[in-house]
Amino acid sequence: MDLAYGPEYDAFRAEVRDFIRDNKDKAPKRFGVARPSEESLAWQRLLIEHGLTARTIPKEYGGYGAEPDILKSRIIAEEFTAAKLPMGLANQGISMLVPTLLELGTEEQKKKWIEPTLKGEVVWCQGYSEPGSGSDLASLQTKATEDGDDFIINGQKIWTSTAHAADMIFCLVRTEPEAKKHEGISYLIFPMTTPGIEVRPLKTMTGHAEFNEVFFTDVRVPQKDIVAGRGQGWYVANATLKHERGMLGDPNQAGTRLKEIIDLMHEETMDGVRLIDHPVYRDRLMQLQARVLAMQFHGLRLLTAASKKEDPGIARLIVKLQGCEINHQLAALAIDALGEIGVLYGDSPHLRAHGSWQHRYMFDLGLIIGGGTAQIQKNIISERGLGMPREPKPAKA
Amino acid sequence: MEFGLSEDQKLLQESIRGTLERVSPLERVRAAADKEETEAADIGKALAELGVYGMLVPEAHGGMGMTLLDAALVAEMLGRYVAPAGFAATAVMAPIAIAGAGSNAQQEAWLPKLASGEAKAGVAIAEAASGARDGAGVTASGGKLNGKSLFALETEAADVIVVADKAGGLHLVKGDAKGLAKVRLTSIDLTRGLNELQFDNVEAEALSSGDAAATLRRMIDAGRVMLAADTLGAGWMMIEKAVAYAGERKQFGRVIGSFQAVKHMCAEMASELEPCRSLVWYAAHAFDTMPDEASLMAAHAKGMTGEVGRFVARTATEVHGGMGFTDLLGLHYWFKRIGLDRQLLGSPERVRHEAAVMQGWAAAD
Repeated sequence: MDLAYGPEYDAFRAEVRDFIRDNKDKAPKRFGVARPSEESLAWQRLLIEHGLTARTIPKEYGGYGAEPDILKSRIIAEEFTAAKLPMGLANQGISMLVPTLLELGTEEQKKKWIEPTLKGEVVWCQGYSEPGSGSDLASLQTKATEDGDDFIINGQKIWTSTAHAADMIFCLVRTEPEAKKHEGISYLIFPMTTPGIEVRPLKTMTGHAEFNEVFFTDVRVPQKDIVAGRGQGWYVANATLKHERGMLGDPNQAGTRLKEIIDLMHEETMDGVRLIDHPVYRDRLMQLQARVLAMQFHGLRLLTAASKKEDPGIARLIVKLQGCEINHQLAALAIDALGEIGVLYGDSPHLRAHGSWQHRYMFDLGLIIGGGTAQIQKNIISERGLGMPREPKPAKA
Repeated sequence: MEFGLSEDQKLLQESIRGTLERVSPLERVRAAADKEETEAADIGKALAELGVYGMLVPEAHGGMGMTLLDAALVAEMLGRYVAPAGFAATAVMAPIAIAGAGSNAQQEAWLPKLASGEAKAGVAIAEAASGARDGAGVTASGGKLNGKSLFALETEAADVIVVADKAGGLHLVKGDAKGLAKVRLTSIDLTRGLNELQFDNVEAEALSSGDAAATLRRMIDAGRVMLAADTLGAGWMMIEKAVAYAGERKQFGRVIGSFQAVKHMCAEMASELEPCRSLVWYAAHAFDTMPDEASLMAAHAKGMTGEVGRFVARTATEVHGGMGFTDLLGLHYWFKRIGLDRQLLGSPERVRHEAAVMQGWAAAD
């Protein structure tokens, strides 16, 4: 047990601080909603050049080319968070497609797509879920039939965030209808401008359209734009989902949110009494503080395991379930501490924090459901973590 | 940066696990509980052979000068095997008290004997840690103690007892001192001893060579971390038993562990309890190396494991169905162990209030 980072890392931290001191004025003020703003793109290029994002992506593909070092990544995150500066872009192209191509793409695919994706110039969306295939993703029905050197795609995707603004999609389609469900899927990448694609915004309970539905009608895609082989899509997607689950339930996000609630409870009053002085609300705050601290230390434990290339086992499997739940409960406490003001939304008078607590409370419920529902997480924890048996398949009628 | 156990610590925990698996199986626990034998001599002897009682005693006094994290690993195993053996008082809180506030003579008189296990120590600090109930409280005057202290730990056969008075002073009292009456308090948990101590002009030596108030604080912090670790170990054993039972018990033609309703109960227990391990480790490490954070982290570790422990204890029992409710299966020893851990040295509500006070968010009582 040693929470000090040691001289090599202290020196690295000093470098990061120097960068922040010299460049903080260049940080973007406007980020862009679906596509990064010009300022964001410039910031992204600067961060890549200094090894502060895309750090371990090889130079030949537009990254910085450093050896993987999870502690350095954490130091960067700590320093940027402390300075309240935006980190490098973390869209689905960067966090999911790039690692997938690095692991499984052809040389040509890597050369063509990784660099512009890292720079934020090419925006991707993910075509996985379908109306009839959510938790049972492998049952997906979007068809790709062979036609000469091309596939012709027909079907529908849902929960496709940023589809309306994306240049490209990485998409799971059924290419081998005769094969078993997991073996008939292929992973294709193609432009969203391809004729026959229609994007319809999907408005959620938050009142915003954070997602889309995407319809494919006779969409023609060259067969060469497959990643890995035909019928390999399920294995490619699992390699990608591993990267997505790592992003959900980040304990440092919960730490930031906890600080905001502590401030809120010091500033807001009820009958002239601060909420922090109200024992019931304060007790809920203390319960959540313990849980947030536990998950932060849990994160340190996983970080240590990763840096030693050890498998932390069940400790890793619980992060999405716990992290998303704690975030949701933090938003709930903020709403409750605000009382009736907590329900205000839109541009109402007396609104606090632009209505973001209600937005987060609702959006977090979406995160509890998305990326593998809480119930699917519990299946994974019990089966892979505790070694419990799988649900037997129902007998065919 | 390394947040994890060292190889030595893993070995330590494995050796305690192996020993307790051998000397504290369920039938031994049951035999001890039937006789209200809360400090089984054979288990204590096996632990003494592993050096457990000298872990926190400084090397200069014949101990090993180890860390509270090391002690937490032992406490976790004692909880896992619901061992009827003294530890938190005699091996942790009492050595901290005597080393922290004792004179050279007091340290010399007690620490080597505690380290070897030749002498046992109890502690009577419940009023300071959890608040006074039923008019409890001890007053010190002219080297004599009067009053009573409830929920004294490991005092049944103690040679010496560390007593906190109402003013926050600490005292050493001989286990057989004149005027001291011990009344056994029977709790749900028959694996650990609780006594009411009644003082009628009992001769006591003040522990006044160091900062007694700060030392009392350290005792409470350390004790809370030990109880949290005890629940961590007992809780994980309950989860493992629930998973094993669900893997064997059949209903409707299949093992109940294949029903999602049952699997999800197990997944929820594991996902609530495993973060407690990270918090317990951090709290113990804070006690060892980060004094500014130690009390807050000990309070949170105690509070959170108390809440999660209650959830695990009832849920694991439910997974066992009717069998979980019987005496036959013995699962209730773990249920009750966790139940006692939760109430001792500050309940979750109490420690959360203290945590708020420590951060300046609530007025001290």
